[in-house]
Amino acid sequence: MAEKITDETIDYVGILAKLKLSPSEREDAKADMQKMLDYIDKLNELDTSGIEPMSHVFPVKNVFREDVVTNGDAREQMLANAPEQRDGQYQVPKTVE
Amino acid sequence: MAREYETVIGLEVHVELATKTKIFCGCSTEFGGEPNTHTCPVCTGMPGSLPVLNKKVVEYAMAVGLAANCRIHQYCKFDRKNYFYPDNPQNYQISQLYLPICHDGWIEIEAGGEKKKVRIHEIHMEEDAGKLIHDDWEDCSLVDYNRSGVPLIEIVSEPDMRSAEEVIAYLEQLRMIAQYVGASDCKLQEGSMRADVNLSVREKGSDTFGTRTEMKNLNSFKAIARAIEGEQARQIDLLEEGRPVIQETRRWDDNKGESYPMRSKEDAQDYRYFPDPDLPPVEISDAWMEEIRSSLPELQPAKKARYMEEFQLPAYDASILTESKKLADLFEETVALGARPKKVSNWLMVETLRLLKENSMEPEQIRFTPENLKKLIALTEDGSVNSSVAKEVFEQMFRDNVDPEAYVEEHGLKTVNDAGALEAVVKKVLENNPKVVEEYRGGKEKVLGFLVGQVMKEMKGKANPAMAGELLKKLM
Repeated sequence: MAEKITDETIDYVGILAKLKLSPSEREDAKADMQKMLDYIDKLNELDTSGIEPMSHVFPVKNVFREDVVTNGDAREQMLANAPEQRDGQYQVPKTVE
Repeated sequence: MAREYETVIGLEVHVELATKTKIFCGCSTEFGGEPNTHTCPVCTGMPGSLPVLNKKVVEYAMAVGLAANCRIHQYCKFDRKNYFYPDNPQNYQISQLYLPICHDGWIEIEAGGEKKKVRIHEIHMEEDAGKLIHDDWEDCSLVDYNRSGVPLIEIVSEPDMRSAEEVIAYLEQLRMIAQYVGASDCKLQEGSMRADVNLSVREKGSDTFGTRTEMKNLNSFKAIARAIEGEQARQIDLLEEGRPVIQETRRWDDNKGESYPMRSKEDAQDYRYFPDPDLPPVEISDAWMEEIRSSLPELQPAKKARYMEEFQLPAYDASILTESKKLADLFEETVALGARPKKVSNWLMVETLRLLKENSMEPEQIRFTPENLKKLIALTEDGSVNSSVAKEVFEQMFRDNVDPEAYVEEHGLKTVNDAGALEAVVKKVLENNPKVVEEYRGGKEKVLGFLVGQVMKEMKGKANPAMAGELLKKLM
């Protein structure tokens, strides 16, 4: 049985994910995360000794591109996605004091 | 009795690779473009975009690793390092944690007259972040993603360095390796080489490490040396007062000459790395590795030794010439054309370095060709031009790569070795300066220099000063 998800864990994950949760959202998140851990516990029941860890599902390797410039100036298109922009740049809340 | 301390330093050095395109997309890496003009869905982290690895990045990383005596992980892969900050549009940086491409290497440095090895823990490939500009008056920051996705290698040393001097020697060796193999131009002022310094102090003789701090924001060798000296003094003061050193990241302010803790973002460093599912693993065959190994150029330490042996250059000359691949190439090509090594070395070390410094240029920006340098040396050796004219011609060559033979011809700068023409001028100078001639005859030999100067002036610098001096003496 996986360790219970505590309030501290939820607060910590919240900080990492930059999320502010209301009390009810926090309870929901606790329950959801507990379910996930229980599911992983289920997987842990399998004997995986002698099996190489797999990081990729498909047997593909060495997919490369050559070092040739293929993209031009698409600034306008790219900035069209920005909620706020100024002087050809993305405007975001101030990141330093 | 005062306790003696020892400083322990390890470095994380980021080097921007000299590829034409970014690590995972076909955007240009050119420095200094208008903001966001080198961006696409991949390097701005748009959902659904797919990164594809630039093969050249693997080759440059491998070349630097092999030159630094590293072993290669022939099966390596990329991982995501998760953090939220606006310079990182994907909310993760693609890097390598579990299987970095190179590991367990070393380079030899020389500091304080002693040689030592600094071990390299690993070298991994990763992408650079964008650039944030903070508005002083308004409550916002602006982001330019031109640098987002520019390929970097991070070279992580073991904590093997003990002084600022060793750190600088290590950085210089790394820079030379990266430049020699062509992997990077390592321009500190453009940020293509940056260092983070991990530093702790301990009582001399202790075999355990003290608590370390990490210093960021170091972008010149001088700033790095000052930051190291400042931080070791700060930590020793704390220990002397019986206070603990706190493990933290500090920012060095080079103007104030002090470091201060960076705001801890109310979080522990928890990057939750996991393998990047978008990027298939890289498998490096023996053949590929050998191809890179056999294409490595002669590296600086070997080249320096060879210059001393083969061309009988002093150690000082050999060091200076080989510190820049461009200078070394120019030297060798000019010598190969038949110029005397010591002459070539002098032109490069004295006039070339002086003009580079005056014009704030890097050796890579030198425009004159080995052919023209060889021609200029030939003109001085056969007495066609005197040394002051040669310097003047060299400045033109440095500026526009002019052909020195044609330039000398065109501007009538050839030294007049015609004794008759010289004699006429010498006689004229003697007639015009009877007083000075008296002084000379009275034993004041120093005035000869003045008279030679007058002859040079009359002949617009084209006289052979030695010949003029001889003739003046004879006629007086």
